[in-house]
Amino acid sequence: MTATGNGHVMLRVRDLRKSFGDLEVLKGVDLEVVDRELVFIIGPSGSGKSTLLRCCNRLEEPTGGTIEVDGVDLLARDTDINAMRRRIGMVFQSFNLYPHMTARGNVTLALRKVLRKPRAEAEAIAGEALAKVGLADKRDAYPSELSGGQQQRVAIARALALEPKIMLFDEPTSALDPELVGGVLNVMRDMREAGMTMVVVSHEMQFARAAADRVVFMDEGVIVEQGPPEHIFAAPAHRRTREFVSEIQRH
Amino acid sequence: MSRWERFLDSFFNAEVIAAYLPSIVDGFFLTIYLALLIVLAGIALGLALALVRSLQVRAINLLIVFFVDLLRALPPLVIILIFYFGLPNIDIRMSGFVATWLSLTLVLAAFSEEIFWAGILAVQKGQWEASRSTGLGYLQTLAYVVLPQAIRLTIPPLTNRTIAITKGTALGSVVAVAEILNQATTAQSFSGNASPLMLGAIAYLILFLPVVVLGRWIETRFAWRRQ
Ligand SMILES: Nc1ncnc2c1ncn2[C@@H]1O[C@H](COP(=O)(O)OP(=O)(O)O)[C@@H](O)[C@H]1O
Ligand SMILES: [Mg+2]
Repeated sequence: MTATGNGHVMLRVRDLRKSFGDLEVLKGVDLEVVDRELVFIIGPSGSGKSTLLRCCNRLEEPTGGTIEVDGVDLLARDTDINAMRRRIGMVFQSFNLYPHMTARGNVTLALRKVLRKPRAEAEAIAGEALAKVGLADKRDAYPSELSGGQQQRVAIARALALEPKIMLFDEPTSALDPELVGGVLNVMRDMREAGMTMVVVSHEMQFARAAADRVVFMDEGVIVEQGPPEHIFAAPAHRRTREFVSEIQRH
Repeated sequence: MSRWERFLDSFFNAEVIAAYLPSIVDGFFLTIYLALLIVLAGIALGLALALVRSLQVRAINLLIVFFVDLLRALPPLVIILIFYFGLPNIDIRMSGFVATWLSLTLVLAAFSEEIFWAGILAVQKGQWEASRSTGLGYLQTLAYVVLPQAIRLTIPPLTNRTIAITKGTALGSVVAVAEILNQATTAQSFSGNASPLMLGAIAYLILFLPVVVLGRWIETRFAWRRQ
């Protein structure tokens, strides 16, 4: 079923609930992701996919339920959230690179200010991370000098340099021109091969078929069904999944 | 006397200039001193208020907004007069210098708080999220990610506002601060000649023209390449 190593649970979400005022966006989500697993999350816009990911590093404060990352209760009072966050890489749809810093500056900031690495060491690590995403020669470029695809790869390097235990991707390619999508997906494929645990919100079906261990379908704040990609894409059990899958396959 | 001679005699009278130049020079340095104190304290206080406001504590923010709006609505001269002539009634006494400094500092703080706050708001939410998601704390994110971007946005309006408010040091002449305008009007009434006023105007130009040019330079210097 999964290409996983030891079956160690990296992310465990139980009965997760999140409301914005009167609007209940997550209505009891349970999700487990094991070491080295790549889980894809699909679902209609507004179904709560981003909110789920954002709860997993507490960019949103859940209203209820529990989240454990590598066995640590993320919501506990005595959990050092900043220490946890650097082990939970996050990649955003809109890249969110710091425009006033070079590619290398973007990658070294947390190395220097969170991990307190000396400059030379931080720059060496950043150089490696940028090489991994194929941008070793762009380290002195500012974000405005990079294409969208390159910016997203720098954003990936920024997270990767902190040696995360798990990486969360929120529609990493949906802001990109079609010809730039491949480069980002290649980097993600390399990461998977290197054994990174990943949760990916995306509608890149081909990539999901090729690389995902499991596909989770969300609708209206709940997980409707989940399973191997061939199952979800070819023979979904639920009507809503069928409708959604045929909808995105038409595009 | 021809009209031209009369003009020169009234506005650029050599004797009057020689007699009153020293006092205008004194006023010039006092104005620089006063203006620097206002700029330093006003901008620092404005930035501090904007930072406090970013913590989003409702009661404190209401208080900040109330005082900021009050100070922006009142003419600075009114504030100076209240401090100088009003406060002694409740046994708070200050020199004209302090009253002018304090008033203009508060006014500059109010305007610069609004400018800094707008700059902080203009930085996209995604910048906060990216930074926090890599483990940087609130203050670190503010210091390394948000403020460097916010301050670039604030430089042009802040420069303009600072120039406008420091020119208000001339209001100190009303409460006996011996700055440029006060020296010039005193000299003008003693001499019955307008030359000291021209000297005063020249002193203001020498003082503020470079600041205006500097502001322009900072503006281009700080505008980084954007897409
Ligand atoms: N900060 C917020 N405040 C209020 N409503 C929000 C906020 N963030 C998301 N929502 C709402 O929550 C719902 C789910 O959003 P989201 O998790 O972004 O969905 P998805 O990523 O699946 O498109 C949407 O209806 C959205 O409008
Ligand atoms: Mg989303």
